Amino acid sequence: MVVLILLIGFVVTFPLYSGVFPTRVLTYMLMCAVLAVSWTMFSGATGYMSLAPAAFFGIGVYSMYLLQYYLPFPVIMVVGGLISFVLALLLGLVTLRLKGIYFTIFSFGLFVFIGNAVNYVEAEVFGRHGWVFPLLDPAIPLYTMLGLAVVTVVAIHFIRRSRLGLAMLSIGGNEEAAEHMGINTTRIKVLTFAISAVFMGAAGVVTAPSFIYSNAGIAFSSTYSFIPIVAAVFGGMGTLSGPVVGGLLFGFLQKTLQARFQTYFMLGFGVIIVLVILFLPTGVAGLVPMLRDRLRRGSKSGKGGEAEQYANT
Amino acid sequence: MLLAENLLGLIVLGVMGGTIYGLLAMGLSLQYGVCRVLNITHGEFAMLAAVLTFAFSQLGINPLLAPVIIGPILFGLGFLLQTTLFKAIKARAPSPGAFEGNALLAAFGVMYVIMYLARLKWGSVALPSQYLVNSVAYIGFAGIPLNLIIIFAIAVALGIAVNVFLTRSRLGRAIRATGEDSATAELMGVNTNTILAFCFGLGALLAAVAGTLISIRTPIDTGIGFNNTVIALIVVTLGGLGSIPGGFIAGMIIGVVSNLVTFLWEPVLAVPVYYAMLMVLLLARPSGIFGKK
Repeated sequence: MVVLILLIGFVVTFPLYSGVFPTRVLTYMLMCAVLAVSWTMFSGATGYMSLAPAAFFGIGVYSMYLLQYYLPFPVIMVVGGLISFVLALLLGLVTLRLKGIYFTIFSFGLFVFIGNAVNYVEAEVFGRHGWVFPLLDPAIPLYTMLGLAVVTVVAIHFIRRSRLGLAMLSIGGNEEAAEHMGINTTRIKVLTFAISAVFMGAAGVVTAPSFIYSNAGIAFSSTYSFIPIVAAVFGGMGTLSGPVVGGLLFGFLQKTLQARFQTYFMLGFGVIIVLVILFLPTGVAGLVPMLRDRLRRGSKSGKGGEAEQYANT
Repeated sequence: MLLAENLLGLIVLGVMGGTIYGLLAMGLSLQYGVCRVLNITHGEFAMLAAVLTFAFSQLGINPLLAPVIIGPILFGLGFLLQTTLFKAIKARAPSPGAFEGNALLAAFGVMYVIMYLARLKWGSVALPSQYLVNSVAYIGFAGIPLNLIIIFAIAVALGIAVNVFLTRSRLGRAIRATGEDSATAELMGVNTNTILAFCFGLGALLAAVAGTLISIRTPIDTGIGFNNTVIALIVVTLGGLGSIPGGFIAGMIIGVVSNLVTFLWEPVLAVPVYYAMLMVLLLARPSGIFGKK
């Protein structure tokens, strides 16, 4: 708790003593954490792999375009989140009553579908391609993103402990058994998937101004499906702290390495995902308790191993 | 005014071009049906084959002969991927559901690895890889290029060959048995590990041929993999997961729809229209047009 307050204090005072670029990096790191945490809340717990975050993110970006001169920032966040919620609800109602594989297939190209449709409407109705944002003081997106990140983490912390969270875990463990216990699995899946989409949409709203110029191709980019999945796998999907740490680390590495090693960076993280899934099922965040455990065991009986008990679900 | 003849032309061209999607879907269907891996790297394999075809044609190798070299290479790559990566994930997974999830995430990583390795070598510019583009026959305004006729012939021949192989041969029977119940197949004396690897390789080989066919029809770049994966996934679902002939026919249907939407309405809307079809299908008949049950 103390650590959390110190961290928030650090972020709040950050723009006062550092430049524009570090502030942007910090905002980006927080965005990655929000995406990763909300993705893990649903996909990590239920085992239904959603490849759709980019679609909700893009919807957030477009909400910001259309409403930026009419509503205050936080209200647009809520609106963007709600639109994503409704879309996720529709998607969930169509696919989540079926086997998980249909859900994954449908979510895979969803951002292409919505992006192309938006592109068409934009050209036909507004007669234009792309939009421009006015320049903002970089501290504003940072504070808004910080607020969003705190709300997201706190909300998901309580969801994980609630009946809803336990129901999701039981679906991930064994869906048939969960159904026999009297859990309405379809309703739980649709509802939690839609809740996770709210935070992704809101993250899109907050990130939009930093694009300065954007169009359907930039807003609906596969990158925003890549980030949460990689960050969550990298950090570890079993806990709440895993995706937070993974998101912050991933965002930091991307922003600092991207300028020089764009291609190698993506390549490297592709390799890292595969390796983490094979050898480190608890992710980087799981490394600390694992090493501590191993050290303790090592000193007692001279026998390591058994770290697999942390295997995630 | 649009003549009925032109409409017919678009449909014929669509059926012929759609056979490429059919091949892609067959490979994906085989990999998911038998190995239980939803292989989202499938389109990247096709991209790799397409780019390699272009690279070979620069060296003076005829694009139509390229699959003879590229096919076995990608077969080997798929075989290796199954025997190393997916087998290891399966051994570590606590349940079949967890295996499918982890395999999907690993495939997601592999997808980016292939995509960016290709980009390192070939950049992301369009490569002019078409071959034999002159039209040899006309239906209305629609000219049928020679390469499309070759594509149609190769894809249909290969599709029928794979189907006959799966239904008639001894190995094909072992593959289908493994897909239905791998534990029982193992007890009956089928070496399921080899069968799984063979299937994954065969899927990659089909993607390789599809990639070569794509490259002789349109210009290509290292970014085409993703869209091909999306289309292959939609086609497989339309045809019914696990139904090999269904996937092939659904490929031709998507080919026709693609042509009609592109020429009569708006190219950007092709993918949204596929999605609308998929949504209607999932609401009405989730097992696919040709799926069982």
